[in-house]
Amino acid sequence: MSTAVASQPSFDVAPALRIVGAQARATLLGYWRMPTFVIFSMALPVMFFLFFGLPYAHQTLPDGTSIGALIMGNLGAYAVSSILVFNVGIGRAQARGQKIDLLQRAMPLPGWVVIAADTIGAMVLALISLVVLFLFAAVAGGIHLSAEDWVTLSVRSLLGALPLLGLGLAIGYGSGPNAAPAVANLIYLPMSFASGIFIPLSSMPDFLQKLAPYLPTYHYAQVVQHGLAPSTAESLGTAILWLVVWGVILFAIAIQLYRADVARKFS
Amino acid sequence: METAVELIDAHKSYGSVEALRGVNVAIRRGELMAMLGPNGAGKTTAISLMLGLRKPSSGTARLFGLDPTDRRARSRSGVMLQESGINGALHVRELVDLFSAYYPHPMPVDRAIALAGLEEQARMQANKLSGGQRQRLYYALAVCGDPEVLFLDEPTVGMDVESRRSFLDSIRAFAAEGKTVVLTTHYLEEADELAERIVVVDRGLVIADASPAEIKAKVAGKRVVFDTDAPLTEDDFRGMPVNHLELRGGHVRLLSNQPEPVLGALFRRGVEIRNLEVVGADLEEAFLALTSHGDGAGAGQPAHVTEEVAG
Repeated sequence: MSTAVASQPSFDVAPALRIVGAQARATLLGYWRMPTFVIFSMALPVMFFLFFGLPYAHQTLPDGTSIGALIMGNLGAYAVSSILVFNVGIGRAQARGQKIDLLQRAMPLPGWVVIAADTIGAMVLALISLVVLFLFAAVAGGIHLSAEDWVTLSVRSLLGALPLLGLGLAIGYGSGPNAAPAVANLIYLPMSFASGIFIPLSSMPDFLQKLAPYLPTYHYAQVVQHGLAPSTAESLGTAILWLVVWGVILFAIAIQLYRADVARKFS
Repeated sequence: METAVELIDAHKSYGSVEALRGVNVAIRRGELMAMLGPNGAGKTTAISLMLGLRKPSSGTARLFGLDPTDRRARSRSGVMLQESGINGALHVRELVDLFSAYYPHPMPVDRAIALAGLEEQARMQANKLSGGQRQRLYYALAVCGDPEVLFLDEPTVGMDVESRRSFLDSIRAFAAEGKTVVLTTHYLEEADELAERIVVVDRGLVIADASPAEIKAKVAGKRVVFDTDAPLTEDDFRGMPVNHLELRGGHVRLLSNQPEPVLGALFRRGVEIRNLEVVGADLEEAFLALTSHGDGAGAGQPAHVTEEVAG
């Protein structure tokens, strides 16, 4: 076999799809073996629903909106966005800290594969945590949606959070392994509180109510709530437009920080 | 014969630090080459250029005639780096599986694990491996793509004597299949034991490129230190196999491949010496002979003489 290889040097490369699949699988396995990741992204939303959702599960607003469904939708948004910001951001910062990127860089691996695999891994994890939360809310809280509404809610929860993937990547490439958790909390937690995911905006201080409509998490929450309540503060189109603009900004920052990281280490 | 790896007048600076100052090396397919040099000599930088991990400040790096960052070239090479990391939550087998997916024609995963001697650890999390086992895991990841050229940057660091021996055997077996191996080390014995060609790098330059036997003849093997009241000068050592000589008052320090005839000659002349010490030169000292001496040709002349006044 070795003589065949020596006489007929091949200039093949491995198919990119196979590489992405293997890399995404490895990312997911890595998450799965880290209990903190699983606890924060799966158990915490369920626990929040247990404390803050169940007591109101059967109440409705005057317009007929189920409060339980709204809280479930908000907590789903929290689950997905925290995976994209925390798991991707801290995970990438730690991978850089452990110099995992060094060996990857020497492999016959296109540069985008790692980011694509991170994205797929995070989205699969996000879908799992959504399903876990929705199942719990349906069984324990008696939340009823039509099959179509469940699917729409899941799709909106996953796609609407994509701009926050840019935030996660920016944190992952812009901060070190020790700073990343603090940076992620400092940026993301105030942002999600100010967007009415945990507490209705109407009970927030006046300046936060004024600030909220400029934050990506606010518009993400609007997209998620759109199917759950007959009326939301802004139209679906406006919310999506805001998210696209935020997505462009956050990904542009992430790309800049990625390039700076690569230039520092590999030029 | 086809050239597998090539650096042509390669320079590399990190800010104001010149890590490589014009290196020319061509490694033919099937060659087992060791790059030898003290820490900070530029070995890792040279390997980084060959792998395309770093770009030369000037000059060229080629891997199978292509730019080393080209995926087609990288698909034919495997690599073990110093201080690189892997996702430690994964099992040994899962990691080998992952790295195999990067290559177009990988070997069976079990074979890569067996080549690294990690059969018993295949289901262990990488985080739980010992230092030596971790090095062997990196070896499995380097060979799993069935590469034609293997780059090993200080591969035996952290290995005990036993695993080091079996590891060197694996490299020999790999090379015996007609494959190319580029290895860096700061152990002369390791380079000598393994390689058919040694490239000595020091302060960013190739200072020797020859067979192990030729290199060994050039570098000094022993350090001789003694005190004496006799008024010795460098002339007294002329014609002796001395590579490096320091005279500080009554304190004499020299490097030599053949310390016995040197001491014999001194004794015959009636030079009285005290506090005699003859020990194996460390690598830095062994290189002094090469670095200070260009060609390093003659054993007849003292290679270099430093005269300093004590105090």
